[in-house]
Amino acid sequence: MDLNENAEEILAKHDPIFKPLRGMGWRYWLTMTLLLIPILWGGYAYYLQVSQGLGVTGLNRPVFWGMYIVNFVFFIAISYGGTLTSAILRLAHAEWRRPITRLAEVITVCALLVGSFNVIMDMGRPDRLWELFAGRGRIESPILWDVIAVNAYLVFSIVYLYLPMIPDIAFLRDHQPGHLGWLYRILAAGWTGSPKQVHRLEKVVGGMAVFMIPLAISVHTVLAWIFGMTIQPMWHSTILGPYFVMGAIYSGLASLIIAMAILRKAMHLEGYLKLVHFQNFGKILLVMTFTWLYFTIAEYLTTFYGSEPAHIAVFNAKLYGEFAPLFWGQVLFCLVIPLVILLPPRFRTIPLLVVASISVNIGMWLERVMIVVPTLTRPRLPYGIATYSPSFIEWSIMLACAAWLVFFFMLFLRFFPIISVWEIEEGEALEREKANAVPTPELTTQTASTQTATLTS
Amino acid sequence: MISSSAEQGEENGRHRWGMVIDLDKCTGCQACTLACQMENNVPITGPEEFEQGRTIFFTEVFTDLEGEFPYVEGVVVPRPCLHCDNAPCVRVCPVGATFHNEHGAVVIDYDACIGCRFCTVACPYTARSFNYYTPEFPSPLDRALNPDVPVRPAGVAEKCTFCFHRVDKALARAAEEGRELTNSELTLLPACNQVCPASARYFGDLNDPNSTVSHLQRSPRAFYLLEDLGTESKVAFLRSE
Repeated sequence: MDLNENAEEILAKHDPIFKPLRGMGWRYWLTMTLLLIPILWGGYAYYLQVSQGLGVTGLNRPVFWGMYIVNFVFFIAISYGGTLTSAILRLAHAEWRRPITRLAEVITVCALLVGSFNVIMDMGRPDRLWELFAGRGRIESPILWDVIAVNAYLVFSIVYLYLPMIPDIAFLRDHQPGHLGWLYRILAAGWTGSPKQVHRLEKVVGGMAVFMIPLAISVHTVLAWIFGMTIQPMWHSTILGPYFVMGAIYSGLASLIIAMAILRKAMHLEGYLKLVHFQNFGKILLVMTFTWLYFTIAEYLTTFYGSEPAHIAVFNAKLYGEFAPLFWGQVLFCLVIPLVILLPPRFRTIPLLVVASISVNIGMWLERVMIVVPTLTRPRLPYGIATYSPSFIEWSIMLACAAWLVFFFMLFLRFFPIISVWEIEEGEALEREKANAVPTPELTTQTASTQTATLTS
Repeated sequence: MISSSAEQGEENGRHRWGMVIDLDKCTGCQACTLACQMENNVPITGPEEFEQGRTIFFTEVFTDLEGEFPYVEGVVVPRPCLHCDNAPCVRVCPVGATFHNEHGAVVIDYDACIGCRFCTVACPYTARSFNYYTPEFPSPLDRALNPDVPVRPAGVAEKCTFCFHRVDKALARAAEEGRELTNSELTLLPACNQVCPASARYFGDLNDPNSTVSHLQRSPRAFYLLEDLGTESKVAFLRSE
């Protein structure tokens, strides 16, 4: 797998991947400019909040947490689809993973950056953020568990994204430096592609994949424990950790499908992101839909059957009370729409899978709202029912966060190849080897033809 | 670390303050709420903030209906911070800004609070408030500010302190005079207790088995709010069966 041997050929062959690095079209710059509008507006909204206080939000007493915490959980959940998917697929040696892993890992890093900023925006005194790190931090507090887990996840996700990128960066350094040559030279870290280096890289990436899975699971479990460790109704439950992990995989996968579909169209990556990839993810998404159903029933039936007064008050508020439209909306978007699209195999086309994925993400956002808000509106003592509706500032900042996510992602597209060229070449080399090794020509042609059939369908 | 030193202080402290509120005497006049506002510089949030549900109370009077129609009875309950021994708020604070002081009261260091509001959502009694804006004391209220109590900045949590500034002052004065505070002196130390026209509130040392509060907390009329949550609150309520 020496990319340097026939660099010209590779550059031509993978032109859709390398072309953006030579310069982007007007569509790219227009999108980036348009994204700046919500970003700047959100920045202004946050400026208002910092200068006036959290009073500019819709928060009150007792609903002390709202939109920012919802989005914190939501964006970190999106980050899940990335690294976790890529790590599992790498470990399973799923060959079809090759064009997808990097894309997935980029989503992780971008969503983590946006997500963790939400929790800073939620702080009443962001100027004292350093207190968490500078000796005052209490390890007994779940918030500190979160600080540690999210930061570790962010650092290792960046490393996990960067390491498998080195051979590609080195290739760019040698064959298409452009005006970014200096950047590639630094990041390539002296990569020559020697067998020793390749061996070492594969060992490290394989080892990290093993390590990333428990890390990812712990991040979302700890996030759930912020709620689960309190004694508040419908938060104080052991299911919350696994429920968050499951939900995060669900919405993370859906985000991955959306990103894949957009890139495939916008960057003409039809040759890499094939229908079979979407269909495979569609199947996993279907499994996750049923898992979601299972967890939801497990949570709500237990609460309903036990009927503890404080818990049932929250339960009723969600199922029949003022939150009913959101709750049943969540059921519609997380369960009904995905099932209708994903169950019949003939519906598993790319546009419909995207529709299902968007639906899952809307549903999962609603679920985050359902976790954070209703519990707080039903205090145990009879103060009456509290309400919460996000203010214009909070909506602006949420929009800005979504814009940031896309902005970060598109920024990456400008500088680095979004699909791992060396891994694809490696995969093709492996396949050739396999084809040469098998002496029965009949069988090989058969498998090859079925493979091409599935790939082109 | 703050928490461990606070725990140590709790062990070493001679006193363990507690409160008893007699609901049979309470008329629901809310004089305690008002006195507390004046004493502790509790921000006056105004009608707009009230509409938004952001009023700040250290001690709040809530009402409840009990029984089934037609045998319904109204209950009025003044609720200060319950200063739980096993406080859910102290447990979750990421920076140790809320802790037990040497006499077991749960207090907040307003200079350390990062405003994450984990304590406010963790408290099952909703006894904590949050400063959504910088507190304003329009003239002439600014001249009535109590110099013994810091005015809180925006973005921090706050709550009842068992008037520890008054209690500590009284303790120091008694020590100067070389004597102990009597039960009747102690009981009037928190501002809410001092103004209670029905004398429905008691304050004192739970470490002293002979104090009024100790006696009353052992009374068969005594109960604690949400006792089964295991928060071990130090404020008991009295009510006849």
